[in-house]
Order: sequence, then C-alpha cells, then structure tokens
Amino acid sequence: MKLYDLVIVGAGPAGMAAATAAAEQGLTVAVLDEQAAPGGQIYRAISAPALRDEGILGPDYYHGRRLLAPFARAAVDYIPSASVWEITREREVRFSAGGQARTLRAGRILLATGAQERPVPFPGWQLPGVMSCGAAQIMLKTSGLTPPAPLVLAGSGPLLLLIALQLHRAGVDIAAVLDTTPRDNYLKAGRHVGGALRGWKVLVKGLGYLARLRASGVACLSQVSQLRAEAGEDGKLARVHFTHQGQPRTLSATSLLVHQGVVPNVQLSRAIGIDHRWDEQQLCWRPVTDSWGETNIPGIFVAGDGAGIGGAAAAEQAGRLASWQMARQLGCLDRQDRDRLATPVRRALAPVLAIRPFLDVLYQPAREFLTPSDDTLVCRCEEVTAGDVRRFARMGCTGPNQTKAFSRVGMGPCQGRMCGLTVAQIIADTRQSTPAEVGYYRIRSPIKPLTLRELANLGDTDQP
Amino acid sequence: MQTDSPFNRLETASAATVTIEIDGQPFTAREGDSVAAALLAAGAIPSRTTPVSASPRAPYCMMGVCFECLVEVDGLANVQGCMVQVSEGMRVRRQNGARALTQGDVHEAV
Repeated sequence: MKLYDLVIVGAGPAGMAAATAAAEQGLTVAVLDEQAAPGGQIYRAISAPALRDEGILGPDYYHGRRLLAPFARAAVDYIPSASVWEITREREVRFSAGGQARTLRAGRILLATGAQERPVPFPGWQLPGVMSCGAAQIMLKTSGLTPPAPLVLAGSGPLLLLIALQLHRAGVDIAAVLDTTPRDNYLKAGRHVGGALRGWKVLVKGLGYLARLRASGVACLSQVSQLRAEAGEDGKLARVHFTHQGQPRTLSATSLLVHQGVVPNVQLSRAIGIDHRWDEQQLCWRPVTDSWGETNIPGIFVAGDGAGIGGAAAAEQAGRLASWQMARQLGCLDRQDRDRLATPVRRALAPVLAIRPFLDVLYQPAREFLTPSDDTLVCRCEEVTAGDVRRFARMGCTGPNQTKAFSRVGMGPCQGRMCGLTVAQIIADTRQSTPAEVGYYRIRSPIKPLTLRELANLGDTDQP
Repeated sequence: MQTDSPFNRLETASAATVTIEIDGQPFTAREGDSVAAALLAAGAIPSRTTPVSASPRAPYCMMGVCFECLVEVDGLANVQGCMVQVSEGMRVRRQNGARALTQGDVHEAV
C-alpha cells in the first residue's frame, strides 16, 4: 500500500489549490478525482473546453485556467476517473479506477468533494425533459450541447440567471425564466444587508444577469409558485404549469431546467463518521471543522463547498489554508510561516464570505420545494412520494432511517443523495420538530458502485 | 440512429469524433462526451425505464449524484452514464425495468 503525506479527494478549486500549495511545502500528494480531467463542476473541462466561442460561458469560467496551470506543474500524483468508495478513520483510502480497486494510505486526508445541486422535488420532476440547471451547464462546458426548445427555466438563485444568460448567448430560444423566490425572503434577507454591502461585487454581478436577460427580451416572471411538470402521450415533458401573481399559467415545453441552489456533498464525510451540524441559513448539513478545515476525526480535513457553501473563490483559499495547517502538523512548515501565509488569505476571504448570510436567506427555497405536495415523488429510485413519507412519520417513524426501513425511501442506487434533505424536512415538519433533531440517513461504504470483481481483487495491486 | 428532440451541438473547439453503438445503432459522438451526453445528443430518451414501475427516465444531474442515467456499457450493467466518457466502438444499451444478467456479470473462472 502506497503511503502519501496527503491524499486529496476532488480536483475542483479547493482540491487543485490545496494540492499545489501542499506540494510547494514538500508534501507527497495524491489527488483522486471522479472526473476525467481537473476542474470540478465549476471549472469542468477547463483543460479542454468544448465551446469554440469563449463569450458564451464568460470570464468567471475561464478563471479556472489560473488554478489549472500551477496544478499541472506541481509534483502531484493526479489520478483521474477514480471513484473513492471508502475512507477509514485510520486514513486508508479505497477507490476504483479503470476497473481496478486500490488502497492508498495517507498521513493526512483532504475532502474537497464540493457541492451538489439541491434536488428540486415538485410534481413531475422525474419526467424525461426535466433536468437541473447545473446539468445543462455541464453539457455546455464538456460537450457544447444545448437543450431542445421550447425551453423553460424555473427556480431561485444567481446560478439560475447565469445559466439562462449563457444559454441565451448560445442562441437558445428561452420561452420563460420563472423565479420562485418567495417575496418574504427579501424582507428576511434585509437583516443581513450589512454583509451584502461588503460583498457588493457579487450582488452587482447577479443583478447584471437579470438586467441583461430582460434587455435581451427574455420573459422573466417573478413570484412564481405551484410549479408542476406534465407529460405528453410519449411519457416525456410536454407542459409546465405554474401560478404567476395569482393566475394559473401553462407553457409548452420540451425542456425544463430547475435550480434551488447548491448544498454540500456530504456522502463521504458522512460515511467516515465525521460530525455534521444543520445549517439554519443554508438549510443543509455541513461537516463541523475548525478554522483550518480539520474535522473531529484527527488528520481528516474538509475544504471548499463540501464544508459549507462559499463559492469557488472561497473554496480555493480554504484549500490553501488546510494545506498549510497539514504541512505544519507534518513538520514541513513552522507556525510562524504558516501564519505569514494564512493571514493575507484570511483577509481576502472575509468579504467573499460576508455576503453569504444575505444570499443564503434570500435564496432559501420556497416551502413547496422543501416539503413538497403529497403526490410529489421524493425518492426517485424507489418511487416513494412525499405523501408516503408523511404517512410513516404520522405512524410514528421518528427519523429518516426508520422511515427507510418502512418505505424503502433512500434505499436505491443514489443512496439518499436525491431525497435525504427532503425526507428529513418532511418528517421534521410532520412531527413539528427540526431536521437537526430528526437527523439524516446513516451512510455506509461503498458510497459509489463497484463490482464484486473489483472488491475481490482489492489488495492485489498497490501501484498508484 | 433515430433522433427525437435531441440536444443541439454548438460549434466546438475540437472536431474529433468517436463512433459508438446505442442499442445496436451507430452514433457519432464528440470525443469528450460522457455516455449520458451522447444519449441526449442522440435523442435516445428515455434512457431507461425504472425497475419499480417501468416509468421513463432520463439523465437529471450529469454529475454523478442522481443515478438516473444508469445504462449498460460494453456488457456491464448499471454504469453511471454521466461518469464515463465515450470511446471508439463502445456499445451502450438502455436498461428497461429491472436489469437482467449481462456478460459483465459472468467471468471465466481463472
């Protein structure tokens, strides 16, 4: 089994910056990443972007090249197309790549597994033709593909508007952008306006997306509710129903892209047994870490959106901070030098993070997406509805694990990634409790599919 | 192959293509496409039907989270189509209902 000072999971902004910083301090580093090329989701395919026209995605995407170049030069063992399916408290990392399972040992481990889009349950969200906004953006970045018209976008948050703008620039005809942000959120977010002003650059950018969409003649409807997707005779999406300013409306649609923000990807940190806490503003779980990213399990760190949503700019700085602390723990950096490096980074981070409470509250999903109607499929794998989950909660199921045993909710191939937040929220709501109290699924390894052959041959090979 | 409301391809930086098979029909994908992207570009939607109720599904997240894009790739079933890139001669089959035994499940005793 090969031993590294540091094994990093994920090659997005946090992982790339952390690997580069750690290698500079003399650590031996391996980076395991699920994708075929570095970049994570935000800088997906940045080493070979699909689109010829760089104006479509805009400069924030191509900023990723500034992380990629030093990462590519760094003395790092980079292992792409590797899915990590188990990490032990003894810091053994098991993963599969190219049909082979292997184990690495690590002095320190950094989880830089980033975010996933918050699943958006509403009636009909499982129909072919309905996708997440992030999925459409990934297709632009990696393949230069755009969804077929008529196209409707629906949801809340800056990414919804950014992707609408990118698709518009790509020449896609957009039938409407439906903003589901509840009116009350503006009042609630007002309390955090001080932080918003410190991070004004982000705000101006978001307002700019909306202004440019409107100026381009794209129909942008606000205060939309009661979103529902309906299939045609072929079983695929045909119509989008919603209420706008009290009036029921229907649009024909071949494609519907939905978005309700992003949440930390906690599958791996959960499976290791790291402590998590419920974040009341971001309405999601996040691993508990100290100011360097270290968790309650010594030697295991989390950096970037996987530790709580802060965005790409914050993620790369968090990756560096974690690396310097790990270098100090391993005797490659003394305390003074660590702090000399960290101080300007912490100063740069402050305004980037200051705007988060405002954004987090403003773009909290409407209740209809947090605790959807009874007829909404919650667990897409096992086809369990919100009504089923409510029924079991009323029968006395106190949390997601008990409800799973009764209904199979969360038992399918996605291992609860798509329903976990919703199930906890529905149970909490039904029992007049909180997600923090009802808890979350017990996640167990393997957290990614592997074949029995891979498992059986584990240990035969120890070369990276 | 037969196309139905496929995704549209914009002008790309590289023109390299690979030919794959989707349910036995040849399809020209772009090098760098994931299997799920190729299915959408081919209009091969629904890309599966569910084991529980045989209802039609298609890729949803494209980033390895939702497991809606499960397909058979070169005889191995239940592969996440969004996590695998196309390669020349790759054979992709859509899965309908509960999966059956495939050649990938059966190995010669060594």
